[in-house]
Amino acid sequence: MTQLIFLPILFQACIAVLLLFFFGKVKIQKIISIAGSALNLAVAGGVFYVVRLEGSMAVQAGNWQAPFGITFVADTLAVTMVLLTAIVGFAVSIFSAYTLSGNRIRFGYFPVFHFLMMGLCGSFLTGDLFNMYVWFEITIITSFVLLTLGNEKEQLEGAVKYFAMNMLASLIFLTALGILYGLTGTLNMADLSGKLMAIENRGLVNVCALFFFFGFGIKAALFPMYFWLPDSYHTPPTAVTAVFAGLLTKVAVYALIRVFSLVFIPEAFFNNLFLIVGAFTILSGGIGSLVQNNIRKVFSYLIICHIGYMIIGLGLFTQAALAGMMFYLIHDIIIKTNLFLMSGMIIKIKGSTDIRQLGDIYNDHPRIALLFAISLFSVIGIPPLSGFWPKISLIWGGIEKSDYLSVGFILFGSFITLMAVARIWSKVFWKSSTVTAPPNAPLFFDQLSKRRRFWILFPVGFLSVVTLYIGFGADNIHLIASRIAEDLINVDAYIELVLGK
Amino acid sequence: MNSVILRTAASFLLPLLIMFSVFILLRGHYLPGGGFVGGLVAAVGFVLHMFANGLDETRRLLMIHPGYLLPCGLSLALLSGFTPVLITGEPFMTGVWLDDPVPVIGSIGTALFFDLGVYLVVVGVSLTILFTISEEVK
Amino acid sequence: MELLLAITIGLLYASGVYMVLRRSMVKLIIGIILIGNGVNFLIFLLGRITKGSTPIISENSDTFLEAYADPVPQALILTAIVISFGLQAFAIVLIKRVYKVLNTDDIDRLSHTEDYDIL
Repeated sequence: MTQLIFLPILFQACIAVLLLFFFGKVKIQKIISIAGSALNLAVAGGVFYVVRLEGSMAVQAGNWQAPFGITFVADTLAVTMVLLTAIVGFAVSIFSAYTLSGNRIRFGYFPVFHFLMMGLCGSFLTGDLFNMYVWFEITIITSFVLLTLGNEKEQLEGAVKYFAMNMLASLIFLTALGILYGLTGTLNMADLSGKLMAIENRGLVNVCALFFFFGFGIKAALFPMYFWLPDSYHTPPTAVTAVFAGLLTKVAVYALIRVFSLVFIPEAFFNNLFLIVGAFTILSGGIGSLVQNNIRKVFSYLIICHIGYMIIGLGLFTQAALAGMMFYLIHDIIIKTNLFLMSGMIIKIKGSTDIRQLGDIYNDHPRIALLFAISLFSVIGIPPLSGFWPKISLIWGGIEKSDYLSVGFILFGSFITLMAVARIWSKVFWKSSTVTAPPNAPLFFDQLSKRRRFWILFPVGFLSVVTLYIGFGADNIHLIASRIAEDLINVDAYIELVLGK
Repeated sequence: MNSVILRTAASFLLPLLIMFSVFILLRGHYLPGGGFVGGLVAAVGFVLHMFANGLDETRRLLMIHPGYLLPCGLSLALLSGFTPVLITGEPFMTGVWLDDPVPVIGSIGTALFFDLGVYLVVVGVSLTILFTISEEVK
Repeated sequence: MELLLAITIGLLYASGVYMVLRRSMVKLIIGIILIGNGVNFLIFLLGRITKGSTPIISENSDTFLEAYADPVPQALILTAIVISFGLQAFAIVLIKRVYKVLNTDDIDRLSHTEDYDIL
């Protein structure tokens, strides 16, 4: 039964290998990818269900016992992330099949996409830090390929920035691993948790923790290290950006959560560091989103802004704050993917990304505009929708710790988000536009067949339904989030599961 | 690079290097070696051939595009990982070995097939990279 | 030996950081490669250098009879080397493409992403 843990990783690997056999055959690849992603959704859902029912599971790869071999652990946090990955993967797979040009698919878009999904699932499920490094490398190698596929000038430029920063982050991460191994002689997270506490050289332990913070912080686009993100995320095709926005920064947030709850015991210094960095991340991301005119850059800055909430949640480190953080993470993965898919739709409809020129979408396509409104309102956190509930928990966590400054920043962040979204809504949806789609341009929305239009809209609709569920079924999600928060505070169960009694 | 010495040497060295790479692959379980190094050695053999006779000759010699070695190697590695799950019910990637060693090759187990998969992937990847680069130079 | 390695690691990191901070893309890649090698040495050093044999128990005994080298750092370094091999191959092809398209090696002139419209 515990073998089930490998399934999400291996299933993606099998799809990718199968796709490699059909390299260059566009139509077959599309079918395999969509069918595979749909099945993968079922697989991830199954694993999630089993873990919810029977509790966390751990399995030793290759049957090498715990601190020596590589452990894979499926606790509630990991399987939730895997399920979200599967949901995003399903939506993006359909979206890319219907929007990407044949050339990109011919050069191996789909196999690489599924390898990326495999890397993400692997980094969520592994219980070993070096193994996590390997999965991280898989995700960044595949993301480089997705970012450069198509070879346009701006894509290549964005890729250089993305490459340099992510490579540097990996090297910092690897340095931290080296120091950690030198200190403790193990890289199993559960084993580290006990052994690090006994080490007397606290200075070196803290330096090591700082290395982890900077390594993951670059990848998660935290305050002083986020500049690569808005410079590269808007260059590749929409489908690619949607995966990046939804999952790639969040996997680093996941790593931060894992490492700073399980491996390093939360200390006052790091909690304060998280609070300060989180506050500045909200501030800089929010202000950036207000001044940008490229719709995709506005959303890119919103990603940064909302990472700040999760980091503040991690810094507060109370039951309520952590539950809020997890709820926000769940909400954010779905909503950010959807925002970028929407920006792709807007580009398809109007042929421009400049919000000074865009407009008229509400006038021309009222029903599509309403569909988009669900996601936009959820980002702000209008009460019954999904962005509202996690903020309540986060604010409650702040009040519990009487950290009113952080509460203020959370409220301020929501306010800025409101302004950014209102700006998008009035300028892109309500204003009358100055551009018309050039008549000879390929693949504009109005010129597509009805069936194709439906399938381009389907992923957006699907993710909107998920968002609505997160909003209206908030008690279920909150239950999961609180369960994860409990696990993060009481790590003994995790350690016992991995190392045995 | 159109030298007679290189061309003559390359045609002798290619089979030798491939044999050597298989040797490295097989001794890899307990001694230094293994699929990765073996694959690189084999790739070097083909690259030498490419230097001496040109890219098109090497392509013709290989018959298939080296990229096709990738999925073959990957699926071999994946299957060898699955074997213990299917046969003994032990975790993924557990080594399953035949009881009696086979002459010349040694003991046969899933690790050998995994290494063989790595070997194929490495040959495929390095040749694809080098072919692409040398194509651009031309 | 430890001292020598420590100095080497320091030099590799320092020169790597210096190279990364230059404006040329080629130097950026060289810097990243240097830091990567520094990290590999660091893992090697921090995994304790032992002058001993391979960590394989000989056939006629049940335990290790002599000092043996820790295999884990070696496995970590090998993995890291393989990964950086792939990444560096990609990076070199990438900067070559960028150079071809933009005709410049200067990172400061990579500013076309500022106003970019994808269709």
